[in-house]
Amino acid sequence: MMFISVFIVVVALLAFWIIGSYNRLVSMRNQVLNGWRQIDVQLKRRHDLIPNLVNSVRGAMDFERDTLTAVMDARAKALTATGPADAAQKEGQLTQALGRLIAVAENYPTLKSNDNVRTLMEELTGTENKVGFARQFYNDIATKFNTAQQVFPTNLFAATLGFKPAELFEITDAAERDAPVVDLSRR
Amino acid sequence: MNLYEQQTSNRRKTWLIMLAFIGFLLFLGAGFDALYIGEAGGFVPVGSLLALTVGSVSSAISYFAGDRAVLLATAAKPLEEVAAAATDDEKLKLRQLTNVVDEMAIAAGIPRPRVYIVPDADPNAFATGRGPGKSSIAVTRGLLDALDRDELQGVIAHEMSHIRNLDVRLMTIVAALVGTAGLLSEWARRGMMSGSGSSRRRSDRDRDGGGAAALVFFLIWSVAIVAAPFVAQALAMMVSRKREYLADASGAELTRNPMGLARALEKIESAVAPTQSINRGSAHLCITDPLGRPVNLKEGFWSDLFASHPPMAARIAALKEMAFQGRT
Repeated sequence: MMFISVFIVVVALLAFWIIGSYNRLVSMRNQVLNGWRQIDVQLKRRHDLIPNLVNSVRGAMDFERDTLTAVMDARAKALTATGPADAAQKEGQLTQALGRLIAVAENYPTLKSNDNVRTLMEELTGTENKVGFARQFYNDIATKFNTAQQVFPTNLFAATLGFKPAELFEITDAAERDAPVVDLSRR
Repeated sequence: MNLYEQQTSNRRKTWLIMLAFIGFLLFLGAGFDALYIGEAGGFVPVGSLLALTVGSVSSAISYFAGDRAVLLATAAKPLEEVAAAATDDEKLKLRQLTNVVDEMAIAAGIPRPRVYIVPDADPNAFATGRGPGKSSIAVTRGLLDALDRDELQGVIAHEMSHIRNLDVRLMTIVAALVGTAGLLSEWARRGMMSGSGSSRRRSDRDRDGGGAAALVFFLIWSVAIVAAPFVAQALAMMVSRKREYLADASGAELTRNPMGLARALEKIESAVAPTQSINRGSAHLCITDPLGRPVNLKEGFWSDLFASHPPMAARIAALKEMAFQGRT
């Protein structure tokens, strides 16, 4: 009798613990999904902003037509991206093109005093930062989700319950790791 | 201590402080009952019930109106309102602030707080509210003028951490309870003044009974009532000091750039003028002590009791150390 009641209590405690862990993992998985969607939201915002921004400085930066065209081309390519890997690569190129534009604008004193250009710089910096911070947040919560699955004893049943480790966002394009370099001799 | 431990510890402290406050209310009311009502026949704890009701209602009102009261007291204006009346140059700066707040809300993964501008030339900033989604960040005009983008980002990240760590909720609760404790202790003291004649007569009459015990109880009760607001204030300061270091650290975790906040703190420190529009009541909310009190420059027991902020030099050194570790 005594043995049976102890057994029932242990089984009940175990069941409660598994239910608790399962619910915690589900809520973390949803946070990770939401974090991923936030990156998409910010990328979409970036695509929408670029044409207006480029048009507003076209007059002031006419001599930098190459840089502006590179940004527009990269945007057009990024819009047609298919699948996460392709998107990561094309968004990376867009980030690079924008980085060059920012660096160029920073190196011309006349441009820096132009109000349109300064607004452009602020909006570009803000947009780039938002994309970056959305990725950072995604990586942070994805790491927490993965750790929660891999620690003992949750790792004994996480896979059985259908949880998979989330993929981290990494820079795939080696060139993107380098800060953009501006050649000042070109004019 | 990391972010999650801090959240848990803040939740626990919130409950503890609320329990202690309920205890204080009952003590206040029970003393009143024992001294003034107890002898008058049938025992109904009028004092206790009154203290509990008045205390709860008053604290609830201050809790839910706390952020608005602080913003009103500092004459803070919503960012949108300020932007509508701004010149082109200011508009760019305000646009930058909007972007930086958006960025930090994304990095912290919480809803964007409302943003206010305080018309004051001294650089300072504070956060207030009841947790993520129900909070506001206010910066002074002087802060906007003095800091560049990275520094502003550091300051906003610090304030965003206060919101995410639930520091703002704890501070709002503490402020509400401290206010109510002060109010009730003031009432009780006035009641004591007017009622002291009758109570002395009664203890003369009952000297051979429980008179001595009643006198001791009365003395303890009086001291407790007079001391309550000071104890509450010291409590509020003690919870406020440690969290500044943590908000610095988790702010740096959001921006991944500790030097931004370190440079901002250096600039804020070099502007020595006190922040005129922020008074003693909301000093503990700010990123740096708006009153420039010398107690905030030291470490130690007394400073822990009465200072609202850790010494600026120690905070800057801690941030620079983080930046150094990040580089290697």
